[in-house]
Amino acid sequence: MAVNRNFRTCPSTGLVYHEPAEKLIRWNAVAGVVSLLVGGVLALLVTLTRWPAVKLLPPDWFYLVLTAHGLDMLVFWIIFFEIAVLYFAASTLLKCRLATPKVAWVAFWLMIVGAITNNIAVFKGDSSVMFTSYVPMGAHPLFYLGLILFAVGALIACFVFFGTLVVGKAEKTYNGSVPLVTFGAVTAAIIAVFTIAAGAIILIPTFLWSVGLVSHIDSLMYRTVWWAFGHSSQQINVAAHVSVWYAIAAIVFGAKPMSEKVSRAAFVLYILFLQLASAHHLLADPGLTSNWKIFNTSYAMYLAVLASMVHGLTVPGAIEVAQRQKGFNKGLFEWLRKAPWGNPCFSGMFMSLIGFGFLGGISGVMMGTEQLNLIIHNTIYVPGHFHATVVVGTTLAFMALTYFLIPTLFRRELMFPGMAKWQTYIYGLGMMGFSVFMMGAGTLGVPRRHWDMAFSGALMPHEFPGTAYLMMGLMAVSGVLATVGGAMYLINTVGSVFFGRKIQTPDFKRVPVREGMAPPPVPAVPAPAGHGTIGMGGFVAPGTFVLAMVFLTSFVLYYFVNWKYLSTVWPLQ
Amino acid sequence: MSAIQPPAERIWWKQPLDRVEGTWIVIAFAWCLVMFFMMPYWHVYGKQNLSNEAYRSSPEAFLAKAQAMVDKHTVRTVTDQQIPVVHPVPGSDVYLVARLWSFWPVLELEEGQTYRLHIMSTDWLHGFSLQPENINIQIHPGYEHVVTMTPTKEGTYSIICNEYCGINHHTMATKLYVVKPKKG
Repeated sequence: MAVNRNFRTCPSTGLVYHEPAEKLIRWNAVAGVVSLLVGGVLALLVTLTRWPAVKLLPPDWFYLVLTAHGLDMLVFWIIFFEIAVLYFAASTLLKCRLATPKVAWVAFWLMIVGAITNNIAVFKGDSSVMFTSYVPMGAHPLFYLGLILFAVGALIACFVFFGTLVVGKAEKTYNGSVPLVTFGAVTAAIIAVFTIAAGAIILIPTFLWSVGLVSHIDSLMYRTVWWAFGHSSQQINVAAHVSVWYAIAAIVFGAKPMSEKVSRAAFVLYILFLQLASAHHLLADPGLTSNWKIFNTSYAMYLAVLASMVHGLTVPGAIEVAQRQKGFNKGLFEWLRKAPWGNPCFSGMFMSLIGFGFLGGISGVMMGTEQLNLIIHNTIYVPGHFHATVVVGTTLAFMALTYFLIPTLFRRELMFPGMAKWQTYIYGLGMMGFSVFMMGAGTLGVPRRHWDMAFSGALMPHEFPGTAYLMMGLMAVSGVLATVGGAMYLINTVGSVFFGRKIQTPDFKRVPVREGMAPPPVPAVPAPAGHGTIGMGGFVAPGTFVLAMVFLTSFVLYYFVNWKYLSTVWPLQ
Repeated sequence: MSAIQPPAERIWWKQPLDRVEGTWIVIAFAWCLVMFFMMPYWHVYGKQNLSNEAYRSSPEAFLAKAQAMVDKHTVRTVTDQQIPVVHPVPGSDVYLVARLWSFWPVLELEEGQTYRLHIMSTDWLHGFSLQPENINIQIHPGYEHVVTMTPTKEGTYSIICNEYCGINHHTMATKLYVVKPKKG
């Protein structure tokens, strides 16, 4: 069988696209953006219902829409886009043909069928069981079946990715080690395999239970295994968007990692320790010991948190070094002031980094501390946290990457470049406000996944303080702002991809490339001693270090504020 | 040269660490250790730790125990539905049933006294969220969770369900009264 070895070289970036891989990357990205569109409309409906002054939907519709919003965003949008990132990181960055494109299309269509099946089940109205679908509350069998099909497709896609790495190595399309971004993508894919396996272990029996073949599923067992799937899938996002940060730093600044070994070791810590974090979700549950909870939720001593703190330094640090080497070497922050703040690719990535660290990261550790979880569990603080990690962190990073992909991958000019400049700010700041106000309301005890904080129709309603209502109102206003930012992204990407001006390259043709296309290996250079004379006080990236210390100070303060708060509630044993 | 290209040096792992990275790793790791040891520390010196005591139970057995407590210690009823208000003996075992979409019965506890509160669901997952204290515990069907609790201040508190449990989830709320201990 003939193997398609047609490649094209992007004239502006020099990236090399394998023809079948290019098509798959495009289609997976498009499927992701369509999911984002559906999920975004649902997001607006959820926000407008939780806005106490508006309360748009009746309860049945609210719970339906909230279920669909969770699935379309957290599963379908993010995973479709991640598959695109995986193919890009393997085929494009290694200048290598994609392994088995036909199998990759099978994976794609399985994911599409799964996503549609799941959405049909939810919109039929008898599967409003939330993203988590905790038993014994049951959904329609199609709900689980759709998820299983989607997961199988995603698993196949992961193996196409691994296969491509093997092809690249075998056909010697690159010299030495894989690029750091590809390494990060490998991390994400390894975590994905674990995640999908856990998903299969819990969703297949639940599917059988929903059709009557299994009589009982224990609720605690379900939550334990489900979160090995549910939380780990968020770790795929972390590994993926950290890779995207490195990629954007490289694309915009030509930044090279401060040291490969630190960044790669941090990715390895993710593989080794992130999965334990799923125990976070079980801190308020009966039947598990404190030893188990402490070991698991501290990721066996917070080694995965350490990894994120390392990336949080090395990504801006790499940018700082690159900027200083370009001559922006004055003072602490000239490198940051002179950064291209009008480039949505950079501004989106930088806000993703800040929002993920300051809001998502810190709040995540609070919730994941065994005792502090008592004052947070299942309040709206929880969605506040994960909108900071998954939306500000992952989605915003992916949006930023899109602005790079439209010209190089889709070969279209951006339709509204002016709008793109503002989009990342409006979306990022809207989402950050949304997260912060949710956390505020959660600290006051407002529950998550709750139609009415005024408890209309309850025999003995609870009255929340006025501040809680104020927080929820501010949350909704920020949420609407973020929706506007999301709409700007969708209009711009969909418009550009379908109607944007085509980028024409004279004499363009696809080049069949010989096997073994990498240039002959360069003689081994002695490892460089460091970064030369940039920076101050022996620190090559002093500005980043100051930012890191600001981060640490807020982290420490907020951590002990929460312990102080905990110490004032009723004693429990 | 950059993060999207293979490392220029074949033996990249020999590149020495920049001082900024090394310093940060040490600081960050020290902070991670502090956070780790805070949890065991609080088990020894802190007063708010979630109990590890839990038993397998069935809805019938749990309801029977709750009914026995209600029969013995009901002091009055509240609302049109005549929900019993129970004033149990301080230090005793107290039962709270969570079910679609109510808690049963209503409890009246004494300030400064300690109770062994048993909570369980008889159907789906529910949440125990004590407001405005903001203590939140997951309630499972089939797992009888025993939480030792000491109310510190008199007043009327609310218990709301904060685990989504279906269409009337937002009506699942009750009161918890804390009163001064009876003299003598």
